[in-house]
Amino acid sequence: MAEPDPTKSQARLAVQLQQAGPIPLDADFHCEPGELLALVGPSGGGKTTLLRAIAGLYRPARGVIRCAGETWFDAEAGRSLRPQQRRVGLVFQDYALFPHLDARANVMVALDHLPAAERVRAAEGWLARVRLDGLAGRLPAELSGGQRQRVALARALARSPRVLLLDEPFSAVDQVTRRRLQRELALLREEIHIPIVLVTHDLDEAAALADRLCVLHTGRSLQQAPAEQLFRRPASPEVARLLDRHNVFTGTVVEDEEGRRLQWGPWRLEVAEGLAALVPGQRVSWYLPPSDVVLHRRGRPSRGERENPVQGRVVEMAVLGGISSVALAFDHCDDTLRFELPTHAARRNGLARGEAVGVSLLAAGIHLMPGAPVTHPEIPDR
Amino acid sequence: MDWTALSVSLRLAGLTCLLLLPLGLWLGRTLALSHFRGKPLCEALVALPLVMPPTVLGFYLMQAFGVEAPLGGLWQSLSGGGLNFTFTGILLASLLANLPFAVQPIQRAFESIPPNLREAAWCSGLSPGRTLWRIELPLVWPGLVSALALTFAHTLGEFGVILMVGGAIDGETRTLAIAIYDRVQAFDESGAAIMSAMLLLVSFLTIGVVYGLAGRRRWRRG
Repeated sequence: MAEPDPTKSQARLAVQLQQAGPIPLDADFHCEPGELLALVGPSGGGKTTLLRAIAGLYRPARGVIRCAGETWFDAEAGRSLRPQQRRVGLVFQDYALFPHLDARANVMVALDHLPAAERVRAAEGWLARVRLDGLAGRLPAELSGGQRQRVALARALARSPRVLLLDEPFSAVDQVTRRRLQRELALLREEIHIPIVLVTHDLDEAAALADRLCVLHTGRSLQQAPAEQLFRRPASPEVARLLDRHNVFTGTVVEDEEGRRLQWGPWRLEVAEGLAALVPGQRVSWYLPPSDVVLHRRGRPSRGERENPVQGRVVEMAVLGGISSVALAFDHCDDTLRFELPTHAARRNGLARGEAVGVSLLAAGIHLMPGAPVTHPEIPDR
Repeated sequence: MDWTALSVSLRLAGLTCLLLLPLGLWLGRTLALSHFRGKPLCEALVALPLVMPPTVLGFYLMQAFGVEAPLGGLWQSLSGGGLNFTFTGILLASLLANLPFAVQPIQRAFESIPPNLREAAWCSGLSPGRTLWRIELPLVWPGLVSALALTFAHTLGEFGVILMVGGAIDGETRTLAIAIYDRVQAFDESGAAIMSAMLLLVSFLTIGVVYGLAGRRRWRRG
């Protein structure tokens, strides 16, 4: 990515925190104004702790937090601004609305910086922006889950924050409401030009809403990238597994008269990029997105058939509506290759458990992860 | 009807409430929000008057209030008077005897506030002081009212501690509860009956106020 211009980097949020315990942290990420960064990873991965540290509600052992040209936290210099001084808008997971105050008064709590006469109008303006006009006099107990979330969002934005922090903001509402709120957040982003950090364990939500994802595991930031890049080019087998990606294998770099190849069991695979930097004999982890597995059709040639053809047998076939998920096993290794295809295509080609099939592994899809250890670390299920 | 005794009782109960309110607020909030090593010990000490026989508490206080004891001696050197058999003495005793009635409801009320409400207030820009005033106090006030009502009613009815420390000096330490006992000793059952009915009424009213307030919290429904 190109270096952002200096005016932009002034307003960005930059977080760099480390500590050994009690909650281990080793995170380094940034978020530009107008950008939405999603912190993703399994529960207990330190996501909420990082958000609390940005808000000034948690004080880590080491590190620096800068935002809007100001240093909010610098452990070495002994500087840590109080939450009141940081101007953050934080939407809590359970919204944390004040139960004794109606929606209007909840928002007005964050408007102390305005003259008293303007607060009511400003609060109602914010409620209107989150489509709650007419409900200003309701207590939180009299609002639905989605409406409460909007009050919390209005309260967080009312203080003109320098950064907006969202802690699993859609986890407590039903799916229909969630979709609507997500759509509204996407629209709201066009109006507010501050860094937005979203904590979620829902990868689909992160991929749909965020410009970039930052993958966290036990407090460590492993990779930051746009969703598409992250899902096609994970930095390590660990990231691939955290992102629920299958198809992580181990191969060996070989060199023959046709050039450099990746040896995987009996097959020598062509790889579009990355092999030149490696030395023959090197063991390397590699990943293939399911979309880059092409099934060989029965009886007639298919696209890319000559590209890295391999043979396996179907060990699992799950029909999920119009899509079938297929797992292939091979004789040379314990790993399974997973891919998806339309159910009608699976039927037409007679795919069934135990059947032998041929597939092509597209050379452009093969992603080498030479920096990572070749044994896959075990990652507990999310 | 012994109006002097009633006035001593009301004065004692009123002052006990007034003095215990800030103390109970501070102690109850501290015990609810902070975690420190000696916390269980502190809580046990606060609760002690609940389980200790009033005469035993009264006996120890009488000992401590004597001019030879450090506390009594200090008071003597400061004010020139003693603590035993004085209104100040029974007020001090009443403060200690009522500590659990004031502190515990306030502590429970503060404990019931979700911690993230306080954090949400800070993130909205409220200072800790304004958070206490605008968020915490409105949420704990039913606890405050019940602490005050319990303290008031309990002070009116306190017998053992007051008798041990104060005796029954007319206009100084003879409270309504002690006056009732004196009436019965003097075979004046109708006098005792009127005063007992008075105490019954006051107790019923205070407890009625507590339950009435507890039912009025509209926002508790959520």
